Amino acid sequence: MTIRDGALVLVDGEVFEGEAIGAEAPISSGEVVFNTAMTGYQEIITDPSYAGQIITFTYPHIGNYGVTPDDEESRGIACRGVIVRELARRRSSWRADGDLDTYLRERNLAGIGGIDTRRLTRHLRDSGAMVGAFGTASEGELLAAANAEPGTDGVDLVATVTTPEPYTVGDGPWRVVAYDFGMKRNIANLLGEFATVEVVPADTPAADVLAMEPHGVFLSNGPGDPEAVEGAPEAVRQLIGEVPIFGICLGHQILALALGGEITKLPFGHHGANHPVRDNRTGTVAITSQNHNFAVVDGSVPGADVTHVNLNDHTVAGISCRDVPAFAVQHHPEASPGPHDAQALFGDFVELLESVHGRTA
Amino acid sequence: MPRRDDIHRLLIIGSGPIVIGQACEFDYSGTQACRVLREEGYEVILANSNPATIMTDPDFADRTYVEPLTVPVLEKIIERERPDALLPTLGGQTALNLAMDLQKAGILERYGVEMIGADAEAIETAEDRHRFKEAMLEIGLDVPRSGIAHTMDEAREVIAELGLPVIIRPAYILGGRGTGIASTPEEFEKVCANGLDASPISEILVEQSIAGWKEYELEVMRDRADNCVIICSIENVDPMGVHTGDSITVAPVQTLADVEYQEMRDAALACIRRVGVETGGSNVQFAVEPGTGRQVVIEMNPRVSRSSALASKATGFPIAKIAARLAVGYTLDEITNDITGETPASFEPTIDYVVTKIPRWAFEKLPGLDGVLGTQMQAVGEVMSIGRTFTESVQKACRSLELGRLGLNCDPAETLMDELSDDALLDALAVGTPDRLFQVEAALRRGIDPDVVYDRCRIDPWFLDQMLMITEERAHLAERSAGALSRAEWRRAKRLGFSDAQLAYLWATTIEEVRSARVAAGVTPTYKTVDTCAAEFEAKTPYHYSTWEDTDEIAPSDRPKVMILGSGPNRIGQGIEFDYCCVHASFSLAEAGYETIMVNCNPETVSTDYDTSDRLYFEPLTLEDVQNIIDVEQPDKIVVSLGGQTPLKLANELPPELVAGTPPASIDAAEDRDLWNKLCERLGIPQPPGGTATDLAQARAVCEQVGFPVLVRPSYVLGGRAMTIVYDDEQLVSAMAELAAAGSLGREGGLSAERPVLIDRFLEDAIEVDVDAVRDHTGEVLIGGIMEHVEEAGVHSGDSACTLPPQTLPPHTLDELRSHVTVLATELEVIGLLNVQFAVRDDQVFVIEANPRASRTVPFVAKATGLPLAAVASRVMLGSSLADLRTEGLYEEPGRMGHVAVKEAVLPFRRFPEVDAMLGPEMRSTGEVMGIDTTFGLSFDKGQAAAGGELPEDGLVFFSLADRDKEAGLDVARRLRRLGFEIAATDGTAAALRAAGIPVAVDVAKIGEEAGERVDAPTLIEQGRVVMVVNTPRGRGARADGAYIRTAATAQGVTVITTMSAALAAVHGVTDRRAYPLEVRCLQELHEPSLQLTFDR
Ligand SMILES: Nc1ncnc2c1ncn2[C@@H]1O[C@H](COP(=O)(O)OP(=O)(O)O)[C@@H](O)[C@H]1O
Ligand SMILES: Nc1ncnc2c1ncn2[C@@H]1O[C@H](COP(=O)(O)OP(=O)(O)O)[C@@H](O)[C@H]1O
Ligand SMILES: [Mg+2]
Ligand SMILES: [Mg+2]
Repeated sequence: MTIRDGALVLVDGEVFEGEAIGAEAPISSGEVVFNTAMTGYQEIITDPSYAGQIITFTYPHIGNYGVTPDDEESRGIACRGVIVRELARRRSSWRADGDLDTYLRERNLAGIGGIDTRRLTRHLRDSGAMVGAFGTASEGELLAAANAEPGTDGVDLVATVTTPEPYTVGDGPWRVVAYDFGMKRNIANLLGEFATVEVVPADTPAADVLAMEPHGVFLSNGPGDPEAVEGAPEAVRQLIGEVPIFGICLGHQILALALGGEITKLPFGHHGANHPVRDNRTGTVAITSQNHNFAVVDGSVPGADVTHVNLNDHTVAGISCRDVPAFAVQHHPEASPGPHDAQALFGDFVELLESVHGRTA
Repeated sequence: MPRRDDIHRLLIIGSGPIVIGQACEFDYSGTQACRVLREEGYEVILANSNPATIMTDPDFADRTYVEPLTVPVLEKIIERERPDALLPTLGGQTALNLAMDLQKAGILERYGVEMIGADAEAIETAEDRHRFKEAMLEIGLDVPRSGIAHTMDEAREVIAELGLPVIIRPAYILGGRGTGIASTPEEFEKVCANGLDASPISEILVEQSIAGWKEYELEVMRDRADNCVIICSIENVDPMGVHTGDSITVAPVQTLADVEYQEMRDAALACIRRVGVETGGSNVQFAVEPGTGRQVVIEMNPRVSRSSALASKATGFPIAKIAARLAVGYTLDEITNDITGETPASFEPTIDYVVTKIPRWAFEKLPGLDGVLGTQMQAVGEVMSIGRTFTESVQKACRSLELGRLGLNCDPAETLMDELSDDALLDALAVGTPDRLFQVEAALRRGIDPDVVYDRCRIDPWFLDQMLMITEERAHLAERSAGALSRAEWRRAKRLGFSDAQLAYLWATTIEEVRSARVAAGVTPTYKTVDTCAAEFEAKTPYHYSTWEDTDEIAPSDRPKVMILGSGPNRIGQGIEFDYCCVHASFSLAEAGYETIMVNCNPETVSTDYDTSDRLYFEPLTLEDVQNIIDVEQPDKIVVSLGGQTPLKLANELPPELVAGTPPASIDAAEDRDLWNKLCERLGIPQPPGGTATDLAQARAVCEQVGFPVLVRPSYVLGGRAMTIVYDDEQLVSAMAELAAAGSLGREGGLSAERPVLIDRFLEDAIEVDVDAVRDHTGEVLIGGIMEHVEEAGVHSGDSACTLPPQTLPPHTLDELRSHVTVLATELEVIGLLNVQFAVRDDQVFVIEANPRASRTVPFVAKATGLPLAAVASRVMLGSSLADLRTEGLYEEPGRMGHVAVKEAVLPFRRFPEVDAMLGPEMRSTGEVMGIDTTFGLSFDKGQAAAGGELPEDGLVFFSLADRDKEAGLDVARRLRRLGFEIAATDGTAAALRAAGIPVAVDVAKIGEEAGERVDAPTLIEQGRVVMVVNTPRGRGARADGAYIRTAATAQGVTVITTMSAALAAVHGVTDRRAYPLEVRCLQELHEPSLQLTFDR
């Protein structure tokens, strides 16, 4: 590998020296966030929720076990770039069919390596998430690009990652319509185990959904600011009470908005696979995967109880409606990557379907 | 669920003496547990026989019993103290086994003691390998296939099904005895027979061998609410087949995809739930087939383990502390993460660096071993290092080992491998040995294809590629020079872990030259923080490591600062005692208002706990690494005299004005033979006559002068390394040749012009005495303790038992010893600790050596007398006078002791039956125990029981004595007869005994001369007829009969005594034990002057 010197420049003028990796691009810009998971880089890179963002991996060695189609969480790549301390030269895994650097080139995603990612992480932690630009261009050009970058607040990023056309996955007995705000593949897989899932675009009107006579509706994860998502909160408002609803991540925030709740932006978000979430109803703690920059304001959602709490900062991690069959969580029970502790939530959805529709599907 | 209020008094069992496989990691875990449980308001009763531990300091528990860890003793303690609960999971296998024995004997039930943490059922399920396998299969986890056999035929049936290779594991054995891998039918026959033999119930588990698979460990914690978290994942660089304790390991795992890691995580959680460990930490081991990813469970340790200590240091998550809280009822989410001070402990640490552990072995001290690593652990210590990348981390670990390595090769020692052909090198690295890592790098450097290397050693290709990066960088650097390197090049080299010393070697220049060029290029280290969360939250604890990044995270304060240099990896001769001293320095200096900065690289220790000192630097103890910390911290003083030889070696290279206490020049004066001789001469203190030599001719001249026997040894070593007693010219020739060979390799203990060999007249039959003292800047000298050795001079002080107060030395001798020590301390301008060793013969006192530093016996003296010697010395080194400290109430002038304390050494022979158990001037003990009671006999007896060599009640004692010992032997034999023992003896000894009217029940043949009824000693021992062996060495000759006898006895677990003085002590022990009932007392009672003589008798 020949070394291509590069740099990362944050909008506040902070500069980090490194070397370009992956696809060749003089400038890539976006909102810079950090993820603290030590494994699962490919799932993270292919997670559509990172649309508009540049992902910093806090774990220094990335790429050790290569890449495989089995670990893709979506077909495309929505994030704007990756920042690592040390990209593996040689992969080692029986599962891999390629190495990460080649993969990035093939997917036309640029990255930057050799960065003091800990310095960057501390900076983002202390100053909050911010936009930046990296690449082989001059520092001045990078700073200009950072200044020109709109970030994710108020931007409808969902429109960039949702499916253009409806499609069906799974062949389970239940009929579920899933709103695709940028849905991870493993969610579709897990829903598909018990349901035949109609995946629909984010702007599908409620009437169209109801016309499909689903047993339940699923609201997926997705990128960015929920308030910027065109139409979805309104559609969900019309679905509440008509059909059982389960939401994850952005889906959780959209359900909260639809119920009249408030949303706030977290200082630097939650991105990792080690977040403790307590289920208030049982008192048990699950270690969860998380990936979001916005959160539901505690006590703001009429008619719903806070069922789950993130114990790190006591933000809302799950709500459940008192009078209608609808619940949602902020974390990722589908993991991919991350622990499986919360996977039973999919079972809870099945139970909800059963309780509303009677035992059999 | 908050803390339990239904229990108040808790019994904690420690792990006893340091032995291979169970080192000071349990002092670390026990100390943490004691501290938090007392903070929680519980009364803590502690039982641990090891006086060198920090946990047995009277301040850490309410009642501290330094007593043998046996069922009768524990029953006594329980009867006296009536604890409500017993916490068995923090004292290693020893505590777990003992707790199980107490349970089985009905003692816990009788006294209403609840086992908390893990119950008997859970312990059984995890410990019984067969039950464990069934349990794993039951919950759908995969295990290696296996079968049970009780006979060779059954074993053959099992392999008919499994095929070879297999691993054989005897049931109910300790420390992996009799375990082995068999790849051929011949090996199978041998290993099986051994295994059946080793098992007390003749049962073996024959298991499919998966040597070569990847090995992993997960550290799991569980609370009462069934919350489970993984604290740390560990990947072994050495594949299956090398014990994890002997493997180079890395945290976190490097070569598992998330899918695979989560599968393993799920399995570990299922495992701890099925086994039923109610609360606390456990360690689950896995193997992964590299080609398919198939995962199997290997074993689970239902307790805090060596790996938990490593995991705690690697992540900053204090497993033992939290385990203790969980055991008394808390749940993980109720406990705050100390490091962030805000987030809860119910999370999984995530790290942003790479941790490497490398074990340290002592094969050079245990001749008879082949040095090959296998399924049984052999390491005596370990180092850990932290770097942002594996390359940086592994190179740091290599230089932390203190084996003269400057990193992963690129140093003088690498030339050792040059002689090997490529094939020989590949053959060598195919086997797990201490040198494997270095051989792998050498092979890669020769351009051997990494895939070929992989095929031979099965170290994952990812690790090999990382090492190849180091190799390639070296090739690049070799073309450059210090002055020519750009900032980017410097940074790249340092980020790959190269030390200045390696670069100096590469460029044939000096370290200073490299350093100044690097600093001129603007490349200096940065310090990052271990924070459990990859910087997501702010860290409140200053636990740091160096790396080569953009920015620092440390903010040195402007308080007065003391830096304490720790003792590095445990090894024979330098162990936990020195960590004890460093930790005490830290505590006492913090109390006196200093900010304390600890530097050490041993993950097993209390000193590397993040809350022992104000700041912790987890760094190698090399000049470069220490100098870098000095640069950023600017300490006012540096303590170099408490960490054993490690920091002492650096003393001369540090700015002298920074060295606390005794000036470095005095250290030299005591170590330099010429200076030392002159000093003793001037002071009129007799020494054994001697001289120095750099070659054979000089050595012969010295011997001519002083006469044989002589003691030959290198200078500047600890633990009597390479020391031999030489009886004639022939032995002198071979001893000198050996030292010369070692010298050319620059190894520890080698001979060279700057480091001549010391030759002294060997004083036969002398009593050895150790004295520990402290001198302050006003000149006052405090004699901390005078210890009389049980074994005579010639047995290394670290291997011999000793008693405090002395038993046979007359008052005028004691006075003479005190006066010599005082004079020496004054003359050497000691400020701090001084240890002097003497040999007393025919009422004449000779000085053997003086060490102006902490000695191995400091903690023993403290436990025996109550005098906080290490704390006193630390304060004195920083300028307090002894008078000040008395006023302050730090200590009282020691009074007369109402009890006797005996220290006994614990030797590794039972683990290595192939090593001769004979004691000599080279130290080989790994640990120590203390017996404390009202008479010497009782204390000695307790010491033996604590060391695992319980003195027999009755039976046949086998005697085989050197001529010079025959007379002393008569007395011992007569007394044993009087106590009802029968005697067996070889011809000469038997004749002597009979001539003195002592009946000999069994005549024993010489080896190889068995006839009819007359069997030889090894056979007699193997037949299980002997309860104790008294065998004194002949002094000269090759592997004499004695060695076979001792080996047989060790293998059979029969107590072996190799000196007459120890035999006499044993007689006292048995006599007193019969005369008095068993009593136990805690240190708090013994140290309270008003409570002296509190034993009931
Ligand atoms: N089936 C096996 N095949 C090959 N090596 C094994 C097998 N089982 C265990 N080992 C090796 O032996 C070591 C010790 O085994 P383990 O079950 O962990 O016992 P211990 O209680 O001594 O830790 C392991 O670390 C592993 O390297
Ligand atoms: N001149 C001597 N005569 C008899 N024994 C000796 C003599 N010198 C040393 N020894 C024995 O050798 C042991 C180790 O020697 P020492 O000088 O204390 O080395 P170390 O620095 O390893 O402690 C002593 O503990 C003592 O038993
Ligand atoms: Mg093990
Ligand atoms: Mg000595």
